[in-house]
Amino acid sequence: MLKYLIEKEFKQFFRNKFLPRVVLALPLFATLIFPLVANFDVKSINLSIVDNDKSTYSNQLINKVTSSGYFKISDVSTSYKDALKSVELLKSDVILEIPHKFEAGLIREGEGSVMIAANTVNGMKGGLGSAYLSSIVADYNNMIRTNLLELNGAATKHSFEIVPLFKFNPGLIYQVYMIPAIMIMILGLVCGFLPALNIVSEKESGTIEQINVTPVSKLMFILAKLIPYWIVGFVVLTIGFLSAWMFYGFLPAGSFVTLYLFASIFVLAISGFGLVVSNYAATIQQSIFMIFFFVMLFIFMSGLYTPIASMPDWAQQFSNFSPIKYIISVFRQVYLKGSSITDLTTQLFALLGFAVFFNGWAVFSYRKKN
Amino acid sequence: MESIGKTGIFNSEIVISADKLTKKFGQFTAVNEISFEVRKGEIFGFLGANGAGKTTAMRMLTGLSHPTSGSGYVAGFDIYTESEQIKKNIGYMSQKFALYDDLKVWENIRFYAGIYGVPNKEIEPRTEALLNKLGFEKERNSLVKSLPLGWKQKLAFSVAIFHEPKIVFLDEPTSGVDPLSRRNFWEMIYDAADRGITVFVTTHYMDEAEYCNRISVMVDGKIEALDTPDNLKTQFNSSNMNDVFYKLARNSTRNSD
Amino acid sequence: MMCFINWHVIQPVILTDMKTFLTFVKKEFYHIFRDRWTMIILLILPIMLMLLFGFMMSTEVKNVRFAIYDPSRDVATHAIADKMKLNEYFIFTGYLDSPEQIDEIFRKGEASLVMVFNNRFYDNMVHTGDAQIQLIADGSDPNTASTFTLYASNIVASYQQDLMGDMKIPYNIQPELKLLYNPTLKGTYSFVPGVMGMILMLVCAMMTSVSIAREKEFGTMEVLLVSPMKPIQIILSKVVPYFFLSVINLTTMLLLSVYVLDVPVTGSLSLLISISLIFILVSLALGLLISSMVDKQMIALLISGMVLMLPVTMLSGMMFPIENMPWILQIIANIIPATWYIIAVKKIMIQGLDFFSVFNEFLILSTMAVVMIGVSIQRFKYRLE
Repeated sequence: MLKYLIEKEFKQFFRNKFLPRVVLALPLFATLIFPLVANFDVKSINLSIVDNDKSTYSNQLINKVTSSGYFKISDVSTSYKDALKSVELLKSDVILEIPHKFEAGLIREGEGSVMIAANTVNGMKGGLGSAYLSSIVADYNNMIRTNLLELNGAATKHSFEIVPLFKFNPGLIYQVYMIPAIMIMILGLVCGFLPALNIVSEKESGTIEQINVTPVSKLMFILAKLIPYWIVGFVVLTIGFLSAWMFYGFLPAGSFVTLYLFASIFVLAISGFGLVVSNYAATIQQSIFMIFFFVMLFIFMSGLYTPIASMPDWAQQFSNFSPIKYIISVFRQVYLKGSSITDLTTQLFALLGFAVFFNGWAVFSYRKKN
Repeated sequence: MESIGKTGIFNSEIVISADKLTKKFGQFTAVNEISFEVRKGEIFGFLGANGAGKTTAMRMLTGLSHPTSGSGYVAGFDIYTESEQIKKNIGYMSQKFALYDDLKVWENIRFYAGIYGVPNKEIEPRTEALLNKLGFEKERNSLVKSLPLGWKQKLAFSVAIFHEPKIVFLDEPTSGVDPLSRRNFWEMIYDAADRGITVFVTTHYMDEAEYCNRISVMVDGKIEALDTPDNLKTQFNSSNMNDVFYKLARNSTRNSD
Repeated sequence: MMCFINWHVIQPVILTDMKTFLTFVKKEFYHIFRDRWTMIILLILPIMLMLLFGFMMSTEVKNVRFAIYDPSRDVATHAIADKMKLNEYFIFTGYLDSPEQIDEIFRKGEASLVMVFNNRFYDNMVHTGDAQIQLIADGSDPNTASTFTLYASNIVASYQQDLMGDMKIPYNIQPELKLLYNPTLKGTYSFVPGVMGMILMLVCAMMTSVSIAREKEFGTMEVLLVSPMKPIQIILSKVVPYFFLSVINLTTMLLLSVYVLDVPVTGSLSLLISISLIFILVSLALGLLISSMVDKQMIALLISGMVLMLPVTMLSGMMFPIENMPWILQIIANIIPATWYIIAVKKIMIQGLDFFSVFNEFLILSTMAVVMIGVSIQRFKYRLE
C-alpha cells in the first residue's frame, strides 16, 4: 500500500513544473550567492582620518593602520566636524583623530592621545572597528615605546608576549562559517515547507477526503508524505555539498557520513514539523504564514546569524527548542573542526527527540474523522 | 412494492442500517435522528435540498465524521468503532470527483487500486479492461485535469468501484454535468447494482430520484419520507417526484442556499 | 463649463459611489478579520520579530567559555588566570592536563578559547623575557573570535601594567574612545529599521498580491468586475485594508521600539512617519503589480516570497552589510525600495539627522512610488477593460 502512495507522491513531484527546479536550483544558488551576501567580514572598514599633527609619528601610525588590512581610508578631513559629516553620510564608519602636537607631546611629556570615534548603529562593525583600531594603536605604542626606551638606554622589565592563534579558520574567513549553516537553512526550508504545502493542497482540492475513506492508515499516510521529502532532503544536501566544493573549494574537515547521518535525522524532524502545521492549517495561505512564522523563529533562535552565547539567558534557554540550532552546530563543527559523532552526542539525542516528537504529533493530530 | 422490477433485493441481507443517527455542530443539529435500512444490491436515493443534511449523513456512514448519537452499521461494521473495517468494504465518490488532477488517467486508477489492496498483477489487465469499457483508450495518458467534467465523473465512479466494494457512496455525483452525461452515468450505476454493489446516492435532481429503488427525502436534518418512488407519488398524490419534493420541502426552515 | 454642472444631480452620484466603495472596503475587512490565523499572524508577527531581534539578535560578545593549559602554575600565571576568571565576559571551564586536550574540547564545542602558558612562565618573564601566552581561539566564527581574542589580550596585557605598580608607563598613547549613536553597542539599533522595512513589505506587498490572486483564482474577481464599480475602485478597496493594517503595524513597531527596546526616535517623528507612508505606498504598488501578472495565489506567494522577501531580508542591508557584497548584488540592492527605506530610518531614528540628509532617500522612494503605482494601474486597466 505504501508503495502506491509513495509512487504517487513522486509522480506528482516530477510532474510539477516548479518543484523539481526549486529542489535543484535553490541549494545551488544559495550556496553560491548566500556566502557573498551573508558576509559579516569586518575587513574593509571605512576610515576617516583627521591628522592635526602631520608629523613623522602621526604618519607612521596612519601607515600602520592602513597596512593592517582592516581599514580603507574613505575620507581625509581637516576637522572632526567634517569627519563626522562623512560618518553621517555613511561614507565612513570610524574616525581617527590625531591631535595637534601629538609627536611633540609624546617625546617630551611621555604621553599622548588619539581619538577614535565609531558609528555604532551597526554594533558589530562599529565595535569591532574601534577595537581593531585601539589594538593597532596599542601595538604602535609598544613599538615606539621600545624604540624610545632603547634610545634612552633603559630596558623593559617583566615583559611577556601574547600570541593570538586562530584554529580551524586561520584566515578568519566569514564564508566558511556561513556555508554549513546556509545548507541547513535551505534544507530546513525545502523539507519544512514542501510537506506542509503538499498536505494542505490535498485539503484544498478535496483529495484528502477521498484518501480518508480508503483503508489507508494514518501512519501510512504520514509516512507516504515523509519519505519522499526525506529523499529530496538528501538530494538538496548533496547539491549543497557539491556546490560548496565547486564554488568555494570547501570540504568538511570531518566525515560526510556524520553529516548525512545528522542531516537525515534533522530532515525527519523538520518535515514532521511541517506535517504538524499542515494538519492544523486549512488553506495554503494559512500554512505558509504559520511555517514562515515558525521557521523564522527557529532560524533566529538557532545562532545562524548571531552567536547564541550573546543572547540573554532566557533567550538561550528558549533557543534549546530550535531543532535548527543543533543541526547548525553539528554542521559547523564537522565542517570546520572535524568533530565526530562521539563529540556530538548532545546534538544527536536532541535531534532524535525532535524527530520522534514532531512525527508522533503529526500522526496524532492527523484526523481521518471529525 | 411489486411495481419495482427487482423485488428480490428486498429479501437480501441488510448492508447499511442507521438508528436515530444524529450529528450536532454546537447548537445546530445537522442530522436529526434518522433511521433507515439499505439492502444488498439496492440503489438507495438520499434526496434533499442543499443543507438538508445529506452529505453530513453520508460522511458519518463512511467514517469521515463522528456521530453525536444513535447507531449505524455499514457492511456489518459499527460506524463508531470499526470505521477502518468499513473503509475496506466501501467506495466513495465526492462532489469534487477527487481524482488527482496532475496524475494521468491510468495513474489515478493504479493509485486507488493499489491503496485498496488490489493485487499488483491484476491492476494492469483490469485497468486496460476498464479503459476499453469506458472508451478511454486514447485518454490513457491524459492528465485528469484535461478531461471534460462528464469524463472525470465517469472515471471517478469507475475508480470508486474498481476494487469491487460491497457498497458505493455517491455524494451528488451528477452536479454540474449535462443531461446526456447524467443518463450515461446512471447506466453505469445500474450496471454496478446488477453486479451486486449496493449504491447509496445523494442527489437533488428529482428525475434521478425516479431511477432509485427506494428514496428517502430529508428536510431540515430529518427523514420526512422513505419509500419507493411510486409509493411516494401515490402517498403524496402527485404525478412526479418534483411534486412530492415540493410538498415535503415547503415547510423547511433552513435556507436552501 | 463648470457652471453648467448641476450639483444637485452630481452629489448623490458621488455619494452612492462613495457608499458602494465603502461597502467594498468593508467586505475586504471582513475577509481579513474572518481568517483568524492570518489575522493573528499579521498582527503578532511584527511584535514577535521586533522582540526577537531586539532581545536575541545581539552581537555583543559575552559568555565566552575558556580553558587554561598551564604547565608552570606559578604566581604570574595564577594572577593572569584570576584576572580572566573575574572578567564578566569570560566563563572559566577548567584546567587542561595536556595540550592534546585542546583539540578535543574545541571539537566538542566546550570552550572557544584556550590560554596556553609556556614552561617556567614567571622565571622567563623576570629573567629571559621569553615568557609567552598563547591565546588559542576557535576561529570558526571569525568576528566573535577576533572580538573575544582582543578582549582577552587586553585583560592579559593589563597584568603587565599591574606589574609596573604605581609607576607611570613611559611613552603612553591613550586612545580616547567615542561610540557614536549607539554607545552600548546594542544590536537593536541596526535591526529595528530592518525589521520595520521587512514587515511593511510583507504585509503590504505579499498580502495584497495574494488576496487579489485569490479572488482571481476563485473567480470572484469576475463578479466584482461586472459590478457597477470602476476597476480602479475595486483595486483601491483591496488596498485600503492593508494600508490600515500597515499603519497599525507601523504604530506597534514604533511603540515597541521606543518603550520596550529602548531605541528612541532621535530625529523628527513626522519625518519618520512620512517616509514610512511613502514606503507603504511603494510596497502596496508592488503587490498590485505582482497580482496584475499572476492568477494563482501559490504563484503570487512564491513571487512575493522569492522576488520580495528574500532580497529584502538578504540584500537590503538589514542583516548584512551591502558594501561587502559583489558589485552585481550591490546594484540589485540599490533597486530594492527597502534598502532606501532602511537607510532613511537609520538616519532619522538613530542618527537623528534632518530632512536634508534624507532628501535623497525621500526622492528615490517617491519616484519609485509614483512609477510603480502608475505602472500597476496601467496594467490593471489593460487587463480589465
